[in-house]
Amino acid sequence: MKTCLVVDDSRVIRKVARRILENLQFEVIEANDGLEALNSCKEKMPSAILLDWNMPVMDGITFLRQLRKEEGGKQPVVVFCTTENDLAHITEALTEGASEYIMKPFDGEILEAKFSEVGLI
Amino acid sequence: MTNEDIEHLSAMLKARSGLILGSDKTYLIESRLAPVARKEGFSSVSALLTALRTKRDEKLMAMVTDAMTTNETFFFRDKVPFDQFKSDVLPALAKTRLNGEIKIWCAACSTGQEPYSLAMLMEESRAQFPRVNLDILATDISDRCLEKAQSGLYTQFEVQRGLPITMMVKNFEKVDEMWRISPKMRQSIRFKKLNLLDDLRGIGRMDVIYCRNVLIYFDLETKKKVLEQMAQLLPDDGYLFLGAAETVLGITDAFKPMPGMRGLYIKNQAVKTEAARRLA
Repeated sequence: MKTCLVVDDSRVIRKVARRILENLQFEVIEANDGLEALNSCKEKMPSAILLDWNMPVMDGITFLRQLRKEEGGKQPVVVFCTTENDLAHITEALTEGASEYIMKPFDGEILEAKFSEVGLI
Repeated sequence: MTNEDIEHLSAMLKARSGLILGSDKTYLIESRLAPVARKEGFSSVSALLTALRTKRDEKLMAMVTDAMTTNETFFFRDKVPFDQFKSDVLPALAKTRLNGEIKIWCAACSTGQEPYSLAMLMEESRAQFPRVNLDILATDISDRCLEKAQSGLYTQFEVQRGLPITMMVKNFEKVDEMWRISPKMRQSIRFKKLNLLDDLRGIGRMDVIYCRNVLIYFDLETKKKVLEQMAQLLPDDGYLFLGAAETVLGITDAFKPMPGMRGLYIKNQAVKTEAARRLA
């Protein structure tokens, strides 16, 4: 079973994402911020990461930069999922190695389409 | 929401747009109409539906129809017809169309996502086919849809359905809370109002016809008539794309399925012979 790490400081968003991802047959792990996510990845790299941008402690883009420096850190497919919806943010995310980008608000259909786009399902 | 409200909504949508609302669509109604209800000051979707049924307010009916039908198309819908175009149709036609021009007709283009997807796909294949130029004609019966298609303006929700983010970044700019496709893409498509039930001969010769998810709304006789007129517009090596749930089988022998290519049809030999005989 593929694992997906959901990184978001909103418990509600994590819950919504978990429900959608579990329906898509993912095992879901959660992290509240970038640092928690990084620690989780150091322990075990997930197949996919659904990543918020603005979070306390460590934001999404900082996490992504750190992740890519870790051993095995290039493997997880990273999909941003954030309210940041301008081209500058999207381009920065893609440059740092994100594969897809979801602009909130999102629903199951969008998440499924984006995950399918990058070959996760 | 009450059954009466849903039934009324169903009937109204069918009459105005051809959209068939299946059973158990409460969630769909709720998610599509919640923004309309909010915007128009209704306390809930139920309140909106009741007003829709009792007041017969034209503006409200139009807004609700829009909201319910907007998402009936999206970029690269079903993916397969675009993959097939790139892998098979485009290379085959590029070889035989010596002037490089390939004429494509999107026969029910709705809000434009299908023709724009093809135009973007062509841009992606530019290096492989430097000489090919797609001449895309996109038609629809709805003025509202055509207006939107021509504006090239899409909501955040719409640009996220089916469109890979890299293509969005390459071809769209953000305009307030909407996304607008580039002038280059907009100018590459001719949009025109057309009812498929009319005489289609004026369309002229086409190499590829996309007619997806529209015949399902027609009765058998109309389907046959439309398909046979389309066969007249296509040369013997032309292609017809139908929707995933559609077929020509049992309707007309003008076309036959292309083996191994779901939704893709070519002209039947019998028709070719008939056409040749008529020309001779």
